[in-house]
Amino acid sequence: MPKVKVKRNNPSLDMTPMVDLGFLLVTFFMLTATMTPDEVVVVDTPSSVSETKLPDSNVITISIDNEDRVFYSVDGQNTKMKLIDKIAAKYGINFTDEEKKTFSLMGDFGVPIAQLKSFLDMSSKERQQVNQPGIPIDSAKNELGDWVLQTRLSNPKVIIAVKGDVDVNYDTVQKVINTLQDKKVNRFNLITDMEAKPRNL
Amino acid sequence: MAEVQQQADSGKGGKKRAKKMSTKIDMTPMVDLAFLLLTFFMLTTTFAKPQTMEINMPVKDVPKEEQIVLKASNAMTIILGDNDRIFYYFGLGDPAENPELIETDYSDSGIRDVLRSPKVKNNDKMTVMIKPMDESRYKNVVDILDELRITDTKKYALVEITDNDKQLVETKIGQ
Repeated sequence: MPKVKVKRNNPSLDMTPMVDLGFLLVTFFMLTATMTPDEVVVVDTPSSVSETKLPDSNVITISIDNEDRVFYSVDGQNTKMKLIDKIAAKYGINFTDEEKKTFSLMGDFGVPIAQLKSFLDMSSKERQQVNQPGIPIDSAKNELGDWVLQTRLSNPKVIIAVKGDVDVNYDTVQKVINTLQDKKVNRFNLITDMEAKPRNL
Repeated sequence: MAEVQQQADSGKGGKKRAKKMSTKIDMTPMVDLAFLLLTFFMLTTTFAKPQTMEINMPVKDVPKEEQIVLKASNAMTIILGDNDRIFYYFGLGDPAENPELIETDYSDSGIRDVLRSPKVKNNDKMTVMIKPMDESRYKNVVDILDELRITDTKKYALVEITDNDKQLVETKIGQ
């Protein structure tokens, strides 16, 4: 009896289509991904069952950290370029092109406008180390209101999101909300974390 | 696996054959890398989007004549105190009415049961006013807004606390 020969198949298979697909997806995700700008402030947001997502662009984020400091950020380089021009005109400060460029690339910041020029002159390393006092929101000197107003003039499509820390006193949040309401902003978003919705209802 | 296979030379025939190189390359490391990147970008994109809750504040400067007066029977007030304490009463909090301030908590059987009770649920006009005290934490506000969403309470507003309410809480704590 002849020996039954087991046919040996080559175990390697053609992976080309898989690789094609893989790289297609990689390219897609790389292009859609937006790099999150470095955040100077750590904010631990409270959780909620809300499932609404924040839009990708045209968002003003007002962060309030647990030391009651207020930070401001807005996305879009064009918006920021226009914004810094408007602020410069309003407060009579001349920013160089270099400083404007730095501003347009910056994420959150929390310095009074008077200190903004020297803040922008620093190198990015120094800027990370410096202790930012937060944007003034007192009724006597409310710069947050100006920032919001000028940003809305620069880009009318912006929506406003408030990102508060779990432990912030409501007092500070109230001041921020009052500021927004003074500028006729009655609709805004509160950024929260995810939380499972209870089902036994 | 690295496939530069050579055909075994039999050594017999004098004919010299051109070496046939296999065109196959081992793609496994490339695939590994591709999928690693894929996973990375997929995870970073989905997590970058934060959740939000939209909140509408009442317009501030409405003239007195155009404001609609809320009936006391359709009003409920929730006061958020310090140290995660929470109080509520029905009515508008007029000292003459002597509203009964009740303390509850943020748990499932606390404020959620109150908001689900027939007194609130069966009254379509019931308006819940949330009055956070200055000492309350931001988390408390988000929590209570969340409870209102969970219990599907439609009418609510974030209102600044009044002196009457502070007085009520003080007497309650003093007890």
